[in-house]
Amino acid sequence: MTMRPSATFDTPAIAEIQRAAREGMYAIRGFGAKRRVPHFDDLLFLGASISRYPLEGYREACGTDVALGTRHAARPLRLDIPVTIAGMSFGALSANAKQALGEGASKVGTSTTTGDGGMTPEERLASDKLVYQYLPSRYGMNPDDLRRADAIEIVVGQGAKPGGGGMLLGQKISERVAAMRDLPAGIDQRSACRHPDWTGPDDLEIKIQELREITDWQIPIYVKVGASRPYYDTALAVKAGADVVVLDGMQGGTAATQEVFIEHVGIPTLAAIPPAVEALQELGMHRSGVQLVVSGGIRTGADVAKAIALGADAVSVGVAALIALGDNSPELAEDYAAMGTAPGAYDAWHEGRDPAGISTQDPELAARLDPEAAAQRVANYLRVVTLEAQTIARACGKSHVHNLEPEDLVALTVESSAMARVPLVGTSWVPGASVDPARRTS
Amino acid sequence: MCGISALFAKSSSIERELGGLLAGMLHQLVERGPDSAGVALYRDPVATGTKLSLLSSGDGVDWVGLAEAMGDPVGASSVVAEHGDHAVLRVEADADAARAWLAEHVADVAVIASGQAIELHKRAGLPTSLLDRCGIRALDATHGLGHTRMATESRVTTAGSHPFSTGEDLCLVHNGSLSNHNRLRRELRRQGVTFATENDSEVAAGYLMWRLREGDPLNAALEAALEDLDGFFTFAVGTRDGFAVLRDPIACKPAVMAETDDWVAMATEYRAIATLPGAADAVMWEPEPAKVYSWSRAEVAA
Amino acid sequence: MSTIETTAGTLNLDDLGLRGVNRTLQQAAAGEGFSLANPNGLHAIAAGLRAEVAVDVLGHAGYYCAGMNQRATVRVHGNAGVGLAENMMSGRVDVLGSAGQAAGATARGGLLVIHGDAAARCAISLKGAHVVVRGSVGHASAFMAQTGRLVVLGDAGPGLGDSIYETRVYVRGTVGELGADCVEKPMRDEHLDELAALLADAGVTDVSASDFRRYGSARQLYHWQHPDGAEDR
Repeated sequence: MTMRPSATFDTPAIAEIQRAAREGMYAIRGFGAKRRVPHFDDLLFLGASISRYPLEGYREACGTDVALGTRHAARPLRLDIPVTIAGMSFGALSANAKQALGEGASKVGTSTTTGDGGMTPEERLASDKLVYQYLPSRYGMNPDDLRRADAIEIVVGQGAKPGGGGMLLGQKISERVAAMRDLPAGIDQRSACRHPDWTGPDDLEIKIQELREITDWQIPIYVKVGASRPYYDTALAVKAGADVVVLDGMQGGTAATQEVFIEHVGIPTLAAIPPAVEALQELGMHRSGVQLVVSGGIRTGADVAKAIALGADAVSVGVAALIALGDNSPELAEDYAAMGTAPGAYDAWHEGRDPAGISTQDPELAARLDPEAAAQRVANYLRVVTLEAQTIARACGKSHVHNLEPEDLVALTVESSAMARVPLVGTSWVPGASVDPARRTS
Repeated sequence: MCGISALFAKSSSIERELGGLLAGMLHQLVERGPDSAGVALYRDPVATGTKLSLLSSGDGVDWVGLAEAMGDPVGASSVVAEHGDHAVLRVEADADAARAWLAEHVADVAVIASGQAIELHKRAGLPTSLLDRCGIRALDATHGLGHTRMATESRVTTAGSHPFSTGEDLCLVHNGSLSNHNRLRRELRRQGVTFATENDSEVAAGYLMWRLREGDPLNAALEAALEDLDGFFTFAVGTRDGFAVLRDPIACKPAVMAETDDWVAMATEYRAIATLPGAADAVMWEPEPAKVYSWSRAEVAA
Repeated sequence: MSTIETTAGTLNLDDLGLRGVNRTLQQAAAGEGFSLANPNGLHAIAAGLRAEVAVDVLGHAGYYCAGMNQRATVRVHGNAGVGLAENMMSGRVDVLGSAGQAAGATARGGLLVIHGDAAARCAISLKGAHVVVRGSVGHASAFMAQTGRLVVLGDAGPGLGDSIYETRVYVRGTVGELGADCVEKPMRDEHLDELAALLADAGVTDVSASDFRRYGSARQLYHWQHPDGAEDR
């Protein structure tokens, strides 16, 4: 008798049907999309040789600074490196983790971001440059914190779940988290997906005006969207008056979301950048007017350089920053095994039992994370990816990473070629290059 | 994503100023919709024949010559107003005969509205340019609708500007975003409804046209829209003798209504209504979700 | 209702523009008073005030009037648009006319008194403020309201208190179909006392606390693993 497993009903599919039948509830988890999608790995840089001249890799200067929010803000955010820390809430993460992210970012001259739970004093103190998220839930929303922030990020959506709201299960609603969110402790908290007092770009324009009035037109206002229709969303954010558009691809992380949402809603980061850049270019806003920050699956300096070459001004890291803090560390193999998982696969961030002390509010677990050591790891990581991006930029003959351009890239696969709109390597072919704008789907 | 305004005169003094008042309302909504604008005015109803609002894809149309050419086969014809790429013509024939003649003889001119009273003006670009170039402010009318558009997913063109015609003397303006318009457009096409754009609002207009053609009275057609249109919308619909307002069941997109002894008005933002005489003392409310509001001259007279 | 001393002069929005007026108000010292002429439905009027200043808005206001108010006393002599006093922290806002949708959205402290009606989603996601509406409120009011109080002298539209947390809602008139997980609850002495104090604060003297009914959360949506999964409608 031969054993023939089904390709359609494969082992994970069968296991999920069985789990659903048993539990009567959809699966929730953290991390981000785990399926394989076309990504930056499918692109390669064309280093200089005879037709182009490289810069000395270890000696000649290659700039990495970036100014975000030059359109309307009196005080744009000036970062030393084009890599920032994405928004992650106190609640999803421990106070120690938030503090370590802030300190790590500050050591290398970049910004970190609050999340769906308000601003903690620790993270404000730890962060030289702090972006304050303004979310549908408005948990902990406070005009004093708004003015204390170095930029405001109006969150419309998130790459892991465009069209969905935040989620924090009761295990993580400690007394402190509950107090910051004005909620009873221990409940399962599900945030709104739309803002309570505006819907659509015409009303967003008025909301942006209010936030500027309250902050005296001093600080930049970002608009963050989950990547789904980036051409339109970018154009509308610009029309509504945004200084910066933050575009989060489907590989972006989340602390807790329905698995079906994580894996099946939104588009890959690679596919999202070119339409957003096209919208900015059509509006005459690319680079000089409205800055584009890209996130979702950024891991290495190569990813950073590729995102910038495709037109981003900066990138944000979330999952990678958590890994730098110590998430999924092999040192915790025993703890993970006890939970039925393993280093590299731990994604039950919603449960609050994180042995690394990061995605938890349990005081004992949280105390496992030494914020100073963790901050140093984050700083090291950010430094490395910046050095890597510089290495690539110099090899392409650029004295600033921002001078990387799509023409420095080729694609390894037909899919990535079509999505990134760069030629398939060894050819001059870009599949789908002349798409009728009226038929645009992303 | 847009700004809407509607104004309905209950007194002759407001009728005389209606174009100017509606223009003033629209001016307040420019920031909500800088991409294009449109105005439908109900005025000077013809006792016989039809008024046609025409839109050309080019700018160089000889509207007087066109009226003369039409005059012979479809009855006497004259130009009521002309503004470059669009114009209002009066013909003695009915709208169908005029449409048929135009389809056969003129390639690039579309009928964007027809009826006894409606005159529709729209163009891409800043709303103020429409108001200036079409002389809206100087026109009297019994009632009118205006729209400023911030294009979301379809192109910025004059054809994609609101209001959209939904039948004889009927037109629709929309603020919001429909989520099932592609499927609905395909169904309506099978029912013989034609569409000029990929615009979601045009589908709403086509839907109403279809329901009315099937024999629904306007209110019933709007109530049916609650079942069949998904997404977020505030509609204002202009009729021969009045207008109607409808919001979706969630009703996130803003809408304000106001009434005095002299007028009834609806707008996306209060600031548009604030420009009207006596606004400070008007009765004011926000229309409830999923409820049809309508006004007609017959009711006001009664 | 306490009267507002308007000691200083009038600021004209037509002359100074929104930025000029708001900057003056935001920089004013405690105890100063202002009247704002020609509001004409402009947005974000008197937003972001921080000091105990008194502001009379002489006409109708647009979106986000008195948004994120701290300590100031703002009185609108007309109607106010969407998001009136949104995320107010403290102080008091009175609207002598009616308010647009999402009045008092996410407000965390202070007192908002709407003398006319409030439209849909009044006190949405309320986080601690007190909202008193002399007229009626539209649909989905107190949606996801967390803490604080909503008092309605008139009627409440359908969907009242959908997914409500710990906010208490008091309604004197009729209530449309209640939202998910919102139920009527008994009026005990503590509620009568609390409501009487709220009415007194709002300057309402012509109705009695005993005329109201109380609504709040059945707390059936507080935990995800609801036995029949009914929370995911």
